[in-house]
Amino acid sequence: MAAPGTGGAVRGRGAPSFQRKAPAGGSRLAAIAGTRPAVRHGQLLLSSGLPSLDCVLGGGLAVGTLLLIEEDKYGVYSNLLFKYFLAEGVVCGHDLFVASAKELPTNILKELPAPLLDDNCRNELGEEATAVTSEDFQDSMKIAWRYQNLPKMEVSPTTSARFGHYYDVSKTMSSELFQSIKCHSFFLPEELSLPPTIKMCNMNCGYARLLQSIQKLIYQEGFDGSHPQKKQKNILRMGIQSLGTMLWGDDICNTDKPEDAHSLTKFLYVLRGLLRKSLSACIITVPAHLIQNKAIMERVTNLSDVVVGLESFIGSERETNPLYKDYHGLIHVHQIPRLNSLSCDVPDTKDLAFRLKRKLFTIERLHLPPDLSDTVSRSSKQDLAESAKLLSSGCGAMAIGKKHLDF
Amino acid sequence: MSAFTEGLVTATVTKPRELIWNDSRSGQARQIPGIGALPYSNGKFTLLRDTRTDGSFLVHHFLSFYLRAGCKVCFVALLQSFSHYNIVAQKLGVSLTAAKERGQLVFLEGLGSCLDVLFGEEEQAGRPRPLRFISESASDLRALFEFVRTSLAPAAGDAWQGRALLVDDLGVLLSLGAAPVAVLDFVHYCRVAVCSQLQGNIVVLVHSSEDSEDEENELVVTSLCHHSDLILWAEGLATGFCKDVHGQLKIIRRASLQLGGEQDVLQIYQYKIQDKNVTFFARGLSAAVL
Repeated sequence: MAAPGTGGAVRGRGAPSFQRKAPAGGSRLAAIAGTRPAVRHGQLLLSSGLPSLDCVLGGGLAVGTLLLIEEDKYGVYSNLLFKYFLAEGVVCGHDLFVASAKELPTNILKELPAPLLDDNCRNELGEEATAVTSEDFQDSMKIAWRYQNLPKMEVSPTTSARFGHYYDVSKTMSSELFQSIKCHSFFLPEELSLPPTIKMCNMNCGYARLLQSIQKLIYQEGFDGSHPQKKQKNILRMGIQSLGTMLWGDDICNTDKPEDAHSLTKFLYVLRGLLRKSLSACIITVPAHLIQNKAIMERVTNLSDVVVGLESFIGSERETNPLYKDYHGLIHVHQIPRLNSLSCDVPDTKDLAFRLKRKLFTIERLHLPPDLSDTVSRSSKQDLAESAKLLSSGCGAMAIGKKHLDF
Repeated sequence: MSAFTEGLVTATVTKPRELIWNDSRSGQARQIPGIGALPYSNGKFTLLRDTRTDGSFLVHHFLSFYLRAGCKVCFVALLQSFSHYNIVAQKLGVSLTAAKERGQLVFLEGLGSCLDVLFGEEEQAGRPRPLRFISESASDLRALFEFVRTSLAPAAGDAWQGRALLVDDLGVLLSLGAAPVAVLDFVHYCRVAVCSQLQGNIVVLVHSSEDSEDEENELVVTSLCHHSDLILWAEGLATGFCKDVHGQLKIIRRASLQLGGEQDVLQIYQYKIQDKNVTFFARGLSAAVL
């Protein structure tokens, strides 16, 4: 279906909501590197750095939206997703803005994974992927023929060309790729010396300074269209690491009744405003497991666009559980935005798990292996019921209790 | 009951049929089944409530409905940008830009207004900013109420059929630091101004959930539930995610608030959201099952 471009005045979600003086450059917007219009409503989409996450999100992350990652317990995989997002920006030539309170942004940028751009690597990866999912590539299934037409969640490396790249976690990105990229950074300990000039009452100092830097960057570099004659349009990818922790000066992770419960939500609202009116996208990781006041997490979810929660098996009893031996953790997609339409592209299944190999981070439907033991093992069935309760979020989990239904 | 509603009610009782919600082909918006001829000049307060799902499709419906009915609409859109509502409204057959130009729609884009307050120049004396409460220590929503009142005030020479106020959504005010009492005061003032004095309608969207830990939000939602004339409650299915049935809609007509003292009328439908409309059907009778 073609995008609803009536009169060309409103060109999908990619156009910020300001009045243009020049006629709408619809074709120029689509020519921004690293973006593609969505099939359904002509919105501009970016790759999140992970092709399988793009699949789950319905094609990619829309320009002008916020991707909130609820960190896993030790922050291992959320950090990885954060780096994938920034690395994708480097490969596509977007501008970067990295904000952190604990690590120097330059150090974060030095540790970005190297992209797999060579054809040799792609072939090697293609073989590996083929070996893993060899049964899917048969021409026709003879026994399980009903499953032939099930959609595959995983995107094979050979099919994705320009949109979405694969990264090798064991190597870091070479500095040649950074040469043409403008990287802006915000390191909180350095910025706190200047008091914020933003006129917001009761706002955490760190957040206020961050908002100020973001607004200044967007205005000065022209991402909101304020300098239309300046240069070729580009996307600004912002990454904010571990928002809400004590290092940002916020005490919502420490106590049940924080002194200022509204700072984070106010920050997210203003950030949403800045994102909507500029050609940018933002990834934020939040240690949701540390925030004790769940009301705040509910409000944070309402104010974000895409919310993805990671639950890794490190340190939990599932790490050694044979049921989950193929996976490294679970992914919960808590929210997908409905932008410019009444409906949205939700993934077919809510039971998603992820697995990290050196060159491939895949998100796929959670397949539990068949229970082939001679006697029915009650512990594993209990565990399944528990995991079923956890996994079926989204449309309500009221009816799912602890009882295992035995058919 | 008008003949229109009789037809809809008997249809649901006798045989299962999909009731098209918004028939863009004929250019007319039919009612959500069972509500009846929703009188737009009757001073009613409608609460849109959603639990575990997104009820914003109801906001889009009411927006296009009131604009098509010829009412003057004040839309306090706190959560999304103007272009989002415009694109969806075009799919439903209404152009928000045209409505704005002819003065039928007064649109407050909360996101843009908030940025003005924080990063813009100093406020001019004659034009206070509606979301002033973000930067000021006083957490009253007076400026927002003044904005609503002046935008819906009767002006000389306008011939609009009625007045309507839409708010999407009220929980954002709580997230921005307004106290629950301040939000309830704002709603009360709006009711007096819009429903009683101007005989207009108010439609407000809130999010809620039974096991929510957000006490302030639950307080506001419960209080609004007690005072509203009509509640449209969109819920996710209790049995989990389904591709063909996106949720169920409970329609509660608060007959107990009227002088007769009857019981509230409750109707439950399930719905499926498509690209340009929403289809409603009786529970368990979705097209995928039949």
